[in-house]
Amino acid sequence: MTAALPISLEVNGEPVDAHVLPRLNLADFLREHLKLTGTHVGCEHGVCGACTVRVNGETVRSCLMLAVQTHGASVETIEGLSDSGEIADLQAAFRDRNALQCGFCTPGMLVAAQDLLQQETEPDRERIREHLSGNYCRCTGYQAIIDAVETTARARMGRKP
Amino acid sequence: MTVASANPDRLTVLDRPNSYIGKVVPRPNLERLMQGRGLYVSDMELPRMAHVVFLRSPHAHAKIIGIDAVEARRMPNVIAVVTGRELATVITPWVGVLSHLKGLKSAPQHAIAIDRVCWQGEAVAAVVATSRAVAEDAAESVRVEYQELDAVTDMRAALDPETPVIHPSLGDNLAFERNLDAGAVDAAFAESDEVAEADFIFGRHTGVTLEPRAVVADWNIAEQRLTVYQGTQAPHMVQNIAALHLGLADSQVRVVCKDVGGSFGIKVHIYADEMATYALSKLLRRPVKFVADRVESFNTDIHARDHRCKGRIGVKRDGTITAFEIDDLTGIGPYSMYPRTSAIEANQVVNLVGGPYRTKNYRARARVVFQNKNLMCQYRAVGHPIACSVTEGLVDLVASKIGMDPVEIRRRNLIADDAYPCASPSGLRFEQLSHHAAMSKLMTMMGYDALRAEQTALRKKNIHHGIGIASFIEVTNPSAAFYGVGGARISSQDGVAVRLDATGSVICQTSITEQGQGSESLTAQIVGSVLGVSMERVRVILGDTDNTPYGGGTWASRGAGIGGEAALQAAKILRKNVLDIAATILQSSPAELDIVNNAVVTASDGSPRIELRELARIVYFRPDTLPPGIQAELMATRHFVPREYPFAFTNGVQASWIEVDTDTGFVKLLKHWVVEDCGTIINPQLVDEQIRGGVVQGLGAALFEKCIYDERGQLTNANMADYLVPMSGEMPDIDVGHVVSPTTESELGAKGAGEAGTAGAAAAVANAVNDALKPFGAIITEIPLTPQVILTALGRI
Amino acid sequence: MKASAFSYARATSVANALELLVAYGDKAKVLSGGQSLMPAMNLRLISPELIVDIGEITELRGIAVRGDILSIGALTRHVDLLRSPEIAAHAPLLTEAAAHVAHPAIRNRGTLGGSLAHADPASELPASVVALNATIVVSGQTGERRIAAGEFFTGIYETALSAQELLIAVEVPVAQKNSAHFFHEFARRHGDYAIAGLAAQAIVQAGLFTELRAAFFAVGDRPILAKAATKLINIRITPAVLAEASATLGEELDPQEDQQASAAMRRHLAKILLARCASALLGPPAAGGPV
Repeated sequence: MTAALPISLEVNGEPVDAHVLPRLNLADFLREHLKLTGTHVGCEHGVCGACTVRVNGETVRSCLMLAVQTHGASVETIEGLSDSGEIADLQAAFRDRNALQCGFCTPGMLVAAQDLLQQETEPDRERIREHLSGNYCRCTGYQAIIDAVETTARARMGRKP
Repeated sequence: MTVASANPDRLTVLDRPNSYIGKVVPRPNLERLMQGRGLYVSDMELPRMAHVVFLRSPHAHAKIIGIDAVEARRMPNVIAVVTGRELATVITPWVGVLSHLKGLKSAPQHAIAIDRVCWQGEAVAAVVATSRAVAEDAAESVRVEYQELDAVTDMRAALDPETPVIHPSLGDNLAFERNLDAGAVDAAFAESDEVAEADFIFGRHTGVTLEPRAVVADWNIAEQRLTVYQGTQAPHMVQNIAALHLGLADSQVRVVCKDVGGSFGIKVHIYADEMATYALSKLLRRPVKFVADRVESFNTDIHARDHRCKGRIGVKRDGTITAFEIDDLTGIGPYSMYPRTSAIEANQVVNLVGGPYRTKNYRARARVVFQNKNLMCQYRAVGHPIACSVTEGLVDLVASKIGMDPVEIRRRNLIADDAYPCASPSGLRFEQLSHHAAMSKLMTMMGYDALRAEQTALRKKNIHHGIGIASFIEVTNPSAAFYGVGGARISSQDGVAVRLDATGSVICQTSITEQGQGSESLTAQIVGSVLGVSMERVRVILGDTDNTPYGGGTWASRGAGIGGEAALQAAKILRKNVLDIAATILQSSPAELDIVNNAVVTASDGSPRIELRELARIVYFRPDTLPPGIQAELMATRHFVPREYPFAFTNGVQASWIEVDTDTGFVKLLKHWVVEDCGTIINPQLVDEQIRGGVVQGLGAALFEKCIYDERGQLTNANMADYLVPMSGEMPDIDVGHVVSPTTESELGAKGAGEAGTAGAAAAVANAVNDALKPFGAIITEIPLTPQVILTALGRI
Repeated sequence: MKASAFSYARATSVANALELLVAYGDKAKVLSGGQSLMPAMNLRLISPELIVDIGEITELRGIAVRGDILSIGALTRHVDLLRSPEIAAHAPLLTEAAAHVAHPAIRNRGTLGGSLAHADPASELPASVVALNATIVVSGQTGERRIAAGEFFTGIYETALSAQELLIAVEVPVAQKNSAHFFHEFARRHGDYAIAGLAAQAIVQAGLFTELRAAFFAVGDRPILAKAATKLINIRITPAVLAEASATLGEELDPQEDQQASAAMRRHLAKILLARCASALLGPPAAGGPV
């Protein structure tokens, strides 16, 4: 049973059929099998948040999930969120605020930030800091990221009737 | 707020219409990184690429009796298992010493250990397989027989006669010692009204770049060329070192550096496992990829800051500081790191202590010892946090003794803003600093007096807030004095080539590198401004030894100041060349023309004359229409290195506002302020974010980060759950202000800003905690300031 | 850092899972949310031969109130605990505790059953179910067993659950009239494991505790239901009363020392938690602050 198992899932809206070894985690599946290298691997033990993706609409650490567990699931990565335009405003806010330096944490950070913005329309800075507290960034000191998320939340509020 | 430059004419070339200098401009490379479309080394795959996993010593110090890899070699998809002895046939060992650090000694270090391992984590064999997972499986079945040796772990005992000598051929465990005695220290202390002293203890910590170190080495035997894809800050240094130890000419090695997931000095060194990866590619004749996993990162990325420093300060009743004295001890692991050496941090501590202040009386001793722990070397703000914490801690201690406000004592002792140029007792030469202007600005930004009043009011409610101040100086723009004079082939100059292509766009190749600081952006901003070309028409190429001028790279806060000046000078030449040919085409004179908004215009009224696109078309495709003898040169190259000052010192001051829960020992960071002076600011946003990121690295050191070794030399918290990095939930907002004193060493006037945040943050926090604890009579001179440390100091446990 | 090879079985029912567990014994590991198991496997701290994925077993899901019992399926995730109106109404201690578990992405996967079966002495939910006097329902080949939460946790990562059994649900007595709860932990950073924590469930009448179940965590090898709490029952809390309870607490705790805190520090923090609990639920003591 250590042999590869068939899985069928949807990744960024596209159907994917694959055979994966049970031990392959979702992060490595995305990166090595599907070449979706925007999902980054920073610690492989669930602490740094760099590998954060969405599975069935909810954020997960893709290093803490087996690829076989995504059978029948819908997985969304930074590439998908970028192409759909879903987070274009958030990305623009990150750009305007220089809320990234090396960029290695950024895909996971964006996925986590979008998760918060979908759940709460008007998070204050403390809530933003708390929601992102599992995503490590060594470069920015976080403030620019918090600013960008706060700006996006306000802009989205303004856009609503 | 900006203090006007002494010579306002100097910046004309940058003050041109549509200048990008001093403006917030988004970095051109952000979009790719935000969409997950960057290319980090860990993303790379090449045909026939194999993966290497290093089997690492579980012991801090042991003899290798034997390695049995028979079973591992038989496993499916395993390509090779290579021992240190086997690898030594293709790569030679190295010794991490430099001649200007007199007396520094170290022992030969191999890419993979041969007879003996000297720290837990040193590689003893390389397992190469078709995937990382398979290589890890095979590594588990390699059996190594060790004979454990006594480990030297406590730096304080390293020099005791009964302590084993790690490298017997060196005679003792002392790697380096420096002594300095300036002024009349004994007399100064004798004349002091008060003297304060303390032992300052700094936790060993490490960089924790989010992308671990990664390299893909590709030896093409047919071409006899090695291509190294590596996240490095210094591609030409890697090229030279790889060639030297593999027996190749530099021209046989190409180093390519794409996106880099954080560096901070971690990725400016030559690591044994990276050297082994180059060698394995040569040995196996195929691309080999090494990506450190997080545990390996903790065990092998350089550590830093493990210092114990005894400090002493004297003061007159009126607040005049009479003298500083320090005795610094640091343990660097079993080898001095290659090629920059592990003596630099202690050397910097000696250089920098007391640096902001007027006193000329200063005595220092620094000793650097070997021990069986992971290697220590230069990490962001090398030596600065230690020097700053010791200096500023002592200043606060002695201010408290004479009952003087911490700000007041600093104002009475900081070097006057009009006293420059001058030199420090340790021989540092300062061109122009602005300590007093910075302090004044800080006071305004933080509302110092109001905060003091708030602190007093809160104390009555048993709520304990503290204010900590830390002035600092910062080494930037290093000349050859840093490494080159000691014999290291590490370039201190950088080069930039700028060319106008056939459609009027600009291609710019620079030897500085990008790890997120904004090298690409600042280069494009400077080139665009000087040339009169919009930034989106400027493409910057960096990180490729085949395709950029030769230079140092990005480290020690040199990218903007040195690489930026080279860009400015190259762009000026190209501009002149463009105007010359434009004058020919337009039958005008260069002096009457200018370039604005991608077009040559009449200088006097800005009226458009010829688009650069059109000029380029003529030059490249219809040169036959130009007069005989006219050859356009639409490419220009310039290099730059500071010559007058060995380093461009900058200065600044930080303040921290914190709350201590005296029941639990937990510290809450409420607010942080920084005022710094990095000279000309090319992009204010990039500078501010460098400062903020640097501050948070310092805050991590102040409260959280520590590599915890046990007495047997085992790193016991080599994972991200146990090694605590600063996360967003605990970090404060940080206000950043500037004073601007450009350096006259360059036309650009820019100094560095990469170290400033880290230099003073921990000192400010430690002073704030001590300020908060004043009613309890507790003084702490140790970081990280954990709840355990604070509760212990309070006598609660 | 890649997990060793293992076999994988997606269990289709509790019975199916039990068959696999019986067949493989210690060599199998149950994969629920995986948020503790996966790091351990990635680090090769454990290398099971078989992973039994129970994630698709629908009978392990669901939150329901039956009479005065709130039944929570083992696969209930931390995020489900946080969002459930039934939990908020009947066991608000769990709502609050779940908010302290790690970070959102972890809470989206981690499960109540997984957390209890893993039995990390520093984690929030084991102590909470002890404070709530919950019953752990486990299923084996011979049928179901109900184990009082206070007896379920037997040591560091050790429980009364055998390798052939599956934790299937938790039954919590619904909160009574006048019940109150307190949850607090001292952790170095948001989402970190606590260095000392307290989950407490109480009944407060006329400014007195008539009942107080104070379950401390990260101060022993399992959640510790403090006997010291009895010193605070049916008595007006004065500094002297609190001091006596604190002293008793200090004696009954035998905390471990680790990199974050010494035993003495954990004892000290536990006392602070007890005082803050009393103060939070009853108001500050009559004379002087609690600590």
